[in-house]
Amino acid sequence: MKLRRTMLYVPGNNPGMIKDAGVYPADCIMFDLEDSVSLAEKDAARFLVHEALCTIDYPGKELLVRINALDTEMGREDLEAIVRTGRATIRLPKTESAQDILDCEKEIARIEKDAGLVPGSTGMMAAVESAKGVLNAKEIACASTRLIGIAIGAEDYVTDLKTNRSPEGIELLFGRSMVLLAARSAGIDAIDTVYSDIDNEEGLRKETTLIKQLGFDGKSIINPRQIQPIHEIYTPTEKEISKSLLIIEAIEEAKKRGSGVIALNGKMIDKPVALRAQRVLDLASAAGLLKRREEA
Amino acid sequence: MQIKETAIAGTLESSDIMITLEPGSDGIEIDLQSAVEKQFGREIRALIRETLTGLGIAAARVTAIDKGALDCAIRARVKTAACRAAGETVFPWGAVKK
Repeated sequence: MKLRRTMLYVPGNNPGMIKDAGVYPADCIMFDLEDSVSLAEKDAARFLVHEALCTIDYPGKELLVRINALDTEMGREDLEAIVRTGRATIRLPKTESAQDILDCEKEIARIEKDAGLVPGSTGMMAAVESAKGVLNAKEIACASTRLIGIAIGAEDYVTDLKTNRSPEGIELLFGRSMVLLAARSAGIDAIDTVYSDIDNEEGLRKETTLIKQLGFDGKSIINPRQIQPIHEIYTPTEKEISKSLLIIEAIEEAKKRGSGVIALNGKMIDKPVALRAQRVLDLASAAGLLKRREEA
Repeated sequence: MQIKETAIAGTLESSDIMITLEPGSDGIEIDLQSAVEKQFGREIRALIRETLTGLGIAAARVTAIDKGALDCAIRARVKTAACRAAGETVFPWGAVKK
C-alpha cells in the first residue's frame, strides 16, 4: 500500500523550495508548473524541475509534477521535459473527460518510446476542477491503467458552481463524493483539495477529519506546516491498532489450522473487516507506531 | 543554438543564480559573482561553460550572480537564458536525455 496522506505542492520556479522539499515528512512531493508559475516563467520552471528530477534524490517520496493543460503548447512541452526524466507521475489539471486522459496518455506513450523508457512506466493522476469534470469523474478515473489517483480541485470547482467555499464544505460534498466513488470504482486513490488558510490549523483539522471519514486517501497541501496535523488525523489510535493486530493474528491462526471460518471474541471476521484492519496497520506502520510497539 | 540577443534567467533569491547572456565574439566569457567563489568558483564557471557548449553555443558573454545555487539550478538557468537569447520556444529535450 502506497500512502498518499499528504501531497506537498512545490512551486516549480523556486530553487530553494525545490532543494528543501525532501526534508519535510510529506508522503508525496508535487512540483507545480501550472498555477504557481507566471506565464513569463513557464520555460524557467520547466527547465528547473527537469534538472531537479535528473539530479536531486528525494528518498522515500513519491514525486509528481502538475503540468499545464494539454490544450496549450506549454502542456505538451511540460510532458516532453518531465516524462523523459522517468521519475515523476504526471498530474493533469482541469480534466473534464476521459478523452483528456487518453490524449495525455498518447503523448506520454510517444515520449516514453522516443526516450527509450519502459512503455507504461509513467504514472498519471487526474484532477477534476469543474462541474463537467465531476460529472465525468467515473469515466475519467477508469480511462487509463496509468492512473494512480483522482483529485478534486475546489477553487475552480466552486467558481464553476457559482458559489464559494464555506468552513463546513457543504458545497463540495457532491463533488467530493463523486470523486471518491469514481476512484474506488476504478481501484485508485482519491485525493482531496488544498486547504488554503495555512494559519488556520483548527479549520485544517476539521476538514481533514471530514475527508478521512468520507474515505479520501489524503490531501494536497500548500505548506509544510500542514503535514503534521493531517498525518496525526490519519494515524490510528492505540485501540484501533490493538484490535487490528488481533484480527490479523486470528486470520493467520485460522490459516495455519486450515480453517475457513475465522472468529475473534465470538464475532466472525469477514473480508471487509480484514481489509479495514490491514489498512489501519498500514497507516500505523507509516506513522512508525508498529515499530515503536515492537521495540517496547 | 545561437545567442541573438541579451536574455536573463533566474533571480537573486537564496539558492538561485541570475544568468545574463549576451552575444559574444571571443568564445565564452564568464563574469561570476558568488559568495562561494573561492571554494566553488572554478566549478561554477566550468558548469556554465559545459552547459553552453552542450547547447552548441561557442560564443557568449555571461554574467552570473550566484546566491548558492545547486548544480541543477545553474544548468536550468543557463538553459533558460540560452533559449530566451536564441529565441527558441521548443527545446530539443531528446538531446539532453539522462
